[in-house]
Amino acid sequence: MSVNGNGNGIAIRAHGLTKRFGSLVAVDHVDLEVPSRHVYGFLGPNGSGKSTTIRMLCGLLTPSDGEIDVLGLSIPKQAEALRSRIGYMTQKFSLFEDLSVRENLEFMAAVQGVPKARAPKRVDELIEQYHFGDRQKQLAGTMSGGQKQRLALACAVIHDPELLFLDEPTSAVDPESRRDFWEKLFELADAGTTLLVSTHLMDEAERCHRLAVLNRGVLVADGTPIELTGALEGHTFVVESADPRRAQRVLVALPDVLGVAQVGNALRVLIHGEGDALSHLKEALAGSGQEADVHPAPPNLEDVFVAVTREKREPQERAA
Amino acid sequence: MSWRRLWAIVLKELRQLSRDRVTLAMIVGIPVIQLVLFGYAINTNLRGLDAGIVDQANTAGSRALVMDMLATGVISPVARADTPEQLIAMLRRGEVSIGVAVPPDFERRRIDGRQVAQIMVDGSDNVVQSAAVQLAQVPIDSATPDRRAPLVSTPAGGPISIVSFYNPQRRSAINIVPGLIGVIPTMTMVLFTGIAIVRERERGNMELLIATPLSSAELMIGKVLPYIAIGLVQTSVILALGRWLFTVPINGSLLEVYLAAGLLILANLTLGLLISTRAQSQFQAMQMTFFVFLPSILLSGFMFPFAGMPKVAQWLAEILPLTHFLRLIRGIMLRGASLWELWVDVLALAAFTLVMMTAAILRFRKRLD
Repeated sequence: MSVNGNGNGIAIRAHGLTKRFGSLVAVDHVDLEVPSRHVYGFLGPNGSGKSTTIRMLCGLLTPSDGEIDVLGLSIPKQAEALRSRIGYMTQKFSLFEDLSVRENLEFMAAVQGVPKARAPKRVDELIEQYHFGDRQKQLAGTMSGGQKQRLALACAVIHDPELLFLDEPTSAVDPESRRDFWEKLFELADAGTTLLVSTHLMDEAERCHRLAVLNRGVLVADGTPIELTGALEGHTFVVESADPRRAQRVLVALPDVLGVAQVGNALRVLIHGEGDALSHLKEALAGSGQEADVHPAPPNLEDVFVAVTREKREPQERAA
Repeated sequence: MSWRRLWAIVLKELRQLSRDRVTLAMIVGIPVIQLVLFGYAINTNLRGLDAGIVDQANTAGSRALVMDMLATGVISPVARADTPEQLIAMLRRGEVSIGVAVPPDFERRRIDGRQVAQIMVDGSDNVVQSAAVQLAQVPIDSATPDRRAPLVSTPAGGPISIVSFYNPQRRSAINIVPGLIGVIPTMTMVLFTGIAIVRERERGNMELLIATPLSSAELMIGKVLPYIAIGLVQTSVILALGRWLFTVPINGSLLEVYLAAGLLILANLTLGLLISTRAQSQFQAMQMTFFVFLPSILLSGFMFPFAGMPKVAQWLAEILPLTHFLRLIRGIMLRGASLWELWVDVLALAAFTLVMMTAAILRFRKRLD
């Protein structure tokens, strides 16, 4: 597993990446830089352009505009040369449900060009590593969601790819399996693989080394999770009141409040702008005659997500 | 082209097939059901059969007889021969489906009351045979310019004899069974590959496959190969049942029967592949299959004789693989002709396969857009 020939370890570079489907702009001038040996996350809601971007990066979709460089290859022109160096785990389970675990692995080994002499050993190795020892003859279609994801990952890495694309890999998996799955991803990153993972789950996004936030096809923020949350320091508060629903109605009406979400009996408030936000919130609540306890809270990725998507939308709404 | 990847596809298809009970049942079930159903004959009248004529008497009377036969409209002359032997050769090569031979002693026979002429018919086509019977009804009296010269006696069975080559007992199964060797693969083979690509697209397998180094040609050829074997199994079932239930003979070489069947199977498999690269869903692929299947059944000459169809229908039929295959298989199985003698149809099937396969490979893109 070599670091690509792109100098100081940038696995993916995209500039002005755009995809239009008719009048719909699915991906809108996205600039991207994914460092090697990192787990890089794509965070965004459904329809934000995550899958489309991944498909363009691995050469399955032709971009309407923009330049892509993956592992030193110009995509989509050199997509064919890229195929043997990447692994791709699709959003929907895409292995053969009517083949057994071992048959699926054998098939992928042959198709991915794992040398014939090495293939049986590699298949055994993956069956062992991914805990399929007792079910290698089971048909893939009869397995649970978590097992299917594990098999899909094993198949995606069978040829030791330098770069792995994972499109919402754990959306249909229980939390326990998800933890195991992420363990595997970090093992791969430690071994030198670059991983690009799309997700709409905040707890998954938090695990990534770096993160890009996509909304409606636009890249609205990127950085490490700490950088992203750090930028929101002083903007997030927890409000505890006797009647959280009523307090929520008051707070939502305030012009600089970006989001109010109920968490149990408390409200999580994200506020935009300068000044003493804490006393501003307290005054507003007192003004409506409510007893409430307001205190600052550390920002999380969900706040980041709400903040960046609301800010980007505001000018449009004003214009409309 | 990597043999290893090609073989991986073939093996995968065979494994999937072995777990698909419905399809497995279809491989044997369809031939059996169709064979039994079509065992009952379908008969029609027709006009405009390609005929070869030998008039060795060449008298006013013999010429009048031939003219009267032509006037029925059942036959249209396409070839003239000098001897009955030449006619028989034309029949075997499939150039004519009916032959009229008037012997040198026509006038003598007429006076003696013996049979005056012979109609030779390609009995491998049922409908042609019944046309010959109709043709033999031409009254010999009116064919004689001299009405005062009466026939001394009328031979039993009429003055014109009918000799049915290749199917002397006029059994319809003899025509139907070889036809089914073509009809059944036309239905099942197109369907097999017709859904092959689109099924993987529906199940999501395709997105995985196109992200690998697998090439279009490897995928397409890998999908065709297993079904050639399946098609030959079907051919064997029909041949065996035809032999056992209907005692259909194989007059030509068995190897050539399989070669011809192989050509038809390939033509249909590649057509299916092309359908599969176009269809958006398995259901749509099925609809498109029927779009091809119906004209094949109706126009190929399986149900209705090719010669009786309007020109436009004949042109259409020439595009269909089944039309060419029927000419081949009837020639080989019933008339004992060789593939070499029927090279035009061999070429047509091979060309069809080549065009379809190329189109399928070119149409299949390793892209999602």
